[in-house]
Amino acid sequence: MSHQPVKFYQTGTFTVGNRLLAPEERSVQASAKRFNSINSGHRACQGCGEALGARYAIDAAMEASHGQLVCANATGCLEVFSTPYPETSWQLPWIHSLFGNAAAVATGIAAAMKVKSIKAGKGPVPATRVVAQGGDGGTTDIGFGCLSGMFERNDDVLYICYDNGGYMNTGVQRSSATPPAARTATTMAVGPEPGNVFGQGKFVPAIAVAHEIPYVATATVADLRDLEAKVKKAMTIRGARYIHILVPCPLGWGAASHETIKLARLAKETGVFPVFEAEHGEITGSLKIRRKLPVEEYLRPQKRYAHLFGKQPRVEVIARLQALADRNVKKYGLLDGGTL
Amino acid sequence: MDKPFAITLDPGSSLANRTGSWRTYKPVYLDRLPPCNAACPAGENIQGWLYHAESGDYEAAWRALTENNPLPAIMGRVCYHPCEGACNRQHIDAAVGINSVERFLGDEAIKRGWAFPKPEKKSGKRVLVVGAGPSGLSAAYHLARLGHEVEIHEAGPYAGGMMRFGIPQYRLPRDVLNAEVKRILDLGVVLRLDTKVANIRESMQVGKFDAAFLAVGAHIGKRAFIPAGDATKIVDAVSVLRSMEGEEKPMLGRRVVVYGGGNTAIDVARTAKRLGATEAIIVYRRTREKMPAHDFEVEEALQEGVMVKWLSTIKQAGEGEITIEKMALDDKGFPQPTGEFETLAADSVVLALGQDVDLSLLDGVPGLEIKDGTVQVGPNMMTGHAGIFAGGDMVPSERTVTVAVGHGKKAARHIDAWLAGGAYAPAPKHELAGFEKLNPWYYSEAPHTLRPTLDIIRRQSTFEEVQGGLDEGNALFEARRCLSCGNCFECDNCYGVCPDNAVIKLGPGKRFEFNYDYCKGCGVCAAECPCGAIKMVAEDI
Ligand SMILES: Cc1cc2nc3c(=O)[nH]c(=O)nc-3n(C[C@H](O)[C@H](O)[C@H](O)COP(=O)(O)OP(=O)(O)OC[C@H]3O[C@@H](n4cnc5c(N)ncnc54)[C@H](O)[C@@H]3O)c2cc1C
Ligand SMILES: Cc1ncc(C[n+]2csc(CCOP(=O)(O)OP(=O)(O)O)c2C)c(N)n1
Ligand code: SF4
Ligand SMILES: [Mg+2]
Repeated sequence: MSHQPVKFYQTGTFTVGNRLLAPEERSVQASAKRFNSINSGHRACQGCGEALGARYAIDAAMEASHGQLVCANATGCLEVFSTPYPETSWQLPWIHSLFGNAAAVATGIAAAMKVKSIKAGKGPVPATRVVAQGGDGGTTDIGFGCLSGMFERNDDVLYICYDNGGYMNTGVQRSSATPPAARTATTMAVGPEPGNVFGQGKFVPAIAVAHEIPYVATATVADLRDLEAKVKKAMTIRGARYIHILVPCPLGWGAASHETIKLARLAKETGVFPVFEAEHGEITGSLKIRRKLPVEEYLRPQKRYAHLFGKQPRVEVIARLQALADRNVKKYGLLDGGTL
Repeated sequence: MDKPFAITLDPGSSLANRTGSWRTYKPVYLDRLPPCNAACPAGENIQGWLYHAESGDYEAAWRALTENNPLPAIMGRVCYHPCEGACNRQHIDAAVGINSVERFLGDEAIKRGWAFPKPEKKSGKRVLVVGAGPSGLSAAYHLARLGHEVEIHEAGPYAGGMMRFGIPQYRLPRDVLNAEVKRILDLGVVLRLDTKVANIRESMQVGKFDAAFLAVGAHIGKRAFIPAGDATKIVDAVSVLRSMEGEEKPMLGRRVVVYGGGNTAIDVARTAKRLGATEAIIVYRRTREKMPAHDFEVEEALQEGVMVKWLSTIKQAGEGEITIEKMALDDKGFPQPTGEFETLAADSVVLALGQDVDLSLLDGVPGLEIKDGTVQVGPNMMTGHAGIFAGGDMVPSERTVTVAVGHGKKAARHIDAWLAGGAYAPAPKHELAGFEKLNPWYYSEAPHTLRPTLDIIRRQSTFEEVQGGLDEGNALFEARRCLSCGNCFECDNCYGVCPDNAVIKLGPGKRFEFNYDYCKGCGVCAAECPCGAIKMVAEDI
C-alpha cells in the first residue's frame, strides 16, 4: 500500500479532501494553493483523463520539489492541447521536442542541471528536478529506445506515461498499449476476431521493473491518494523512475465524458489494470481491489468494446479478457490474502 | 520586446481561451432533501444537525436540532425514528443511528445546562394552549420563541401528557422529562396545573386569549364487552399506567392478562412484570406480523418473560380464570373464530384496546367537524372555528409523540401568521436525495454502533431505564456515519476531479463555486460528488 489510508472519517481518504481531516492528511489537490501546473483554458476534450492525470502528477511533483521542476514532453494530446502557439497552459518550465525522444531530452536536462550545480559549488546533486512525460504511443512504441536507455543508465529522471490505450491525438490508432479486443481506427471491429488482436502488445511497467531501476509504479486517476503518494515517493529517490498512469479517454474509448473516473475505478476493481509498486526489480505492493467486479462492468460502457455486446454477445472473447484480469489479480496479489 | 528567430507573438497563457463556450450542460450546486428529513414527523433537519455533531460541535448540533423540536432527550428515547427507516446508509451497511445521537445531544444539553434563546421581540398577543402533552409543549415552545405570551392549561397534576401518564419510566426516566419541560417554561411560558378546561370559548374569554391550541390527547380507554363475574378485576391500561405516577401502585395480582396488540399492551404487560406478576400474558387476536406494536418492543417484552397468546380473543372472564377462543386468519387476513376454547388463570384483565378523545370542552363551539371521534383540522391545523387550532392525538394522526410535536410546531407557525392577519407559507421542498443520487464508492466502511442494554434481571424487577445511551466517542463515530445526502459536506472532490480547474474552493464553511469561464460541462464533478449535491442542467443554446 502506497499511502496510509485514514480509516474512518466519513469518507476517509477516498475523497480528495474532507473538512474533518487534519490538513496534513489532505491531498495536494485539496489545497486551495495547489500549483495547477496545467492551467484552465487548455483544449483537451471534455472529461479528459490525461489532463486530469497530468495535473495530479505534476502538482504532486511540484510540491515535492518545492517548485524546482523542469518538464520535458513528448508529442501527443498532452502537448498539443496544452500549447497551441502562442498560448501555454503550463505553469512550470516545460519543453517539447519530438514524439519519440522525451526521455533523452530529459536526460540531457538532468545532465545540464548537474553541471550547473557543480559549477555553482553546490555539488553534483542538483536541487532542480526533471520529469519527462508522454503518451502510451510516445512511450511504449516510438520512444521506447530512448526510455530503455534512460533506465539502463539510471539517469536522474522521473518518467511518467499517460496510458489512454492508443494514439489518441492523431485519431485513435492502435499502440502497443491498446488492450486486446478494443476497437481503434486501425483495429476495426470487423472480421472473425474484431478489434485489437490477443497476444500482441506489451506492458511497459513490467519491462521497467525488469530494468531493475530504483522505482516503478502504476496508478489511475481514480485513486488520487495513491497516485500522489507514488509521485512523492518517486521524488524522494534519485536515479531512473517510472510511473505509468491509466487515463481514460472519452473520445477514444467511446465513453461519456462524465465517466472518466468511474472507468479508471472499474479498470482497477475488475483487475483489468493492476495498480502496484516495485523497487529495484522487485514488486513491493499493490493496491487491493475493494469490491471485485466482472470485466463486463468495465467493458460495457465503452463503445470500443460495443462489438462484444451485440445481439449475439461474444462471451468467449469476454471470457478471455476475464482470464487476463484474473491473471493480474493472481500475479499482483490484488485481492486480500493474495500472494503479496 | 526582442523576439527570437521565427517568433512573432508574445507567449501567452491559455487563460485567454474561454473553454466555457464549449459547454452544453452546466453543473450547479444544490441542496437536495435528505430522506431522513423527509421522513421526520417533527420536520427536523437531521442531516443539518448531524453535520455539526460530526465536527464535535454538539452545542451547535443541539441548537440546530431544537430549531424544530424542543425535546431531543425525550425523542432519543421514545421516538419510533422513521428517519432511520428512510436513511440511505441502510443500502450501504445499516442506517445511521440518528435516534441514539439525538439522545446523546439531548442528554448533553441537560448535563451542560444549555438554554433556549429568549425571544427578541414581543407580539403582545396571548395564546392559550390546552394540554401539556408533547403537542401542547411543542406549540408553546414555538409560540414563545415567536414572541407570543403563552399559557398552558393542564388538567393533570404534572406536565407531559402520555409521556408521563402512559410511557413507563423504564423507557423514559422522569428527570429527563422534567428537565426538557422546565427548559420550555424558562422561556416564560406559564403552566397552570390541575386546570381542566371545561369550555374552551369561556376559558379564552376569561383569559383574554387571541387564539387557542388544543392538544388534549386521547385518554378514554376503549372498552370491549366481556361477560364477567363480579369477582373478576377488569381495568383499562391507561388507568393502570396513569396510577403508576401516583402514590399507590396498581394491584393487579400475580397472574395478569393484557388484552390488545399495540404498544400500550406491551408497556402495561412489562409494567405488570416489574410490579411482581409471575405471569404477564398478552392476548391478541391476530399474528405477530399483524401486531401494531413495534417489533423491537415485542422483542424486549419477550426477553423479559412476557408471554403472548397470538390468534386469541377473550370470551369470558370468571373467578380467577378467563376463557379464550382460538382464531384463524381467513384468506383476507381477518381473524375468524374457530370454536376451540382454552382457559387461562388470571387475577386481573387489563384492556389495552386503544383510546378515545374526550371532546367535552368543545361542546357548543360552532363550525367544528368531528369525525370518528377526532376533531378535523385544515392543512394549517385550524379547526372549523376561526382561532381554535388543534393537534396531536385528538386530531386524525398516527398518534406518536413525534407526530404530536410536529403538529405543535406547524400549528404555532400558522397561529403566528394568523395572529398577524396573514397566512404562513412553508418554504418549497427541495427535490429528494434518493440513494441513486449518491456515489457510494467514497464512503468508508463503518458498522453501526449498538446501544448498551440493561441486564435482564434488573429489567424484570426494576423501573431503571432499559436502553443506555452512547458516550462521546461512539456518538461522534455514529454521527460521522452520515452520508450527508444531498448537502455539500466539503470533501473537496469536485475541486479535485475537474480536469479544467474550473471549481473554485471558497474556504472552510463556504463550499465551492464553478468558474463557468472554463467549465466545459464534462460532468465529472457531478458524477463523483459523493452526496449528490451537484446537478447537470442543460444550457439554453
Ligand atoms: C402507553 C403508551 C405508550 C406510548 N409510547 C409511545 C412511544 O414510545 N413513542 C411514541 O412516539 N408515542 C408513544 N405513545 C403515544 C404518545 O404518547 C401520544 O401519541 C402523545 O403523547 C400524544 O400527545 P398529545 O400532546 O396529543 O396528547 P397527550 O400526551 O395525551 O397530552 C394531553 C394532555 O392534555 C391534558 N388534558 C386533557 N384534557 C384536558 C382539558 N380538558 N383541559 C386541560 N388539559 C387537558 C391531559 O391531562 C394531558 O396531559 C404511547 C402512548 C401510550 C398510551
Ligand atoms: C515521428 C512522428 N510520427 C508521428 C507523429 C504524429 N503523432 C503526433 S501525436 C501521435 C500519437 C500520440 O499518441 P500517444 O503518445 O499515445 O499520446 P496521446 O495523444 O494518446 O495522448 C502521433 C502519431 C509525430 N508527431 N511524430
Ligand atoms: S445518511 Fe445521513 S443524511 Fe442520509 S438519510 Fe441517513 S442520516 Fe439522513
Ligand atoms: Mg495514447
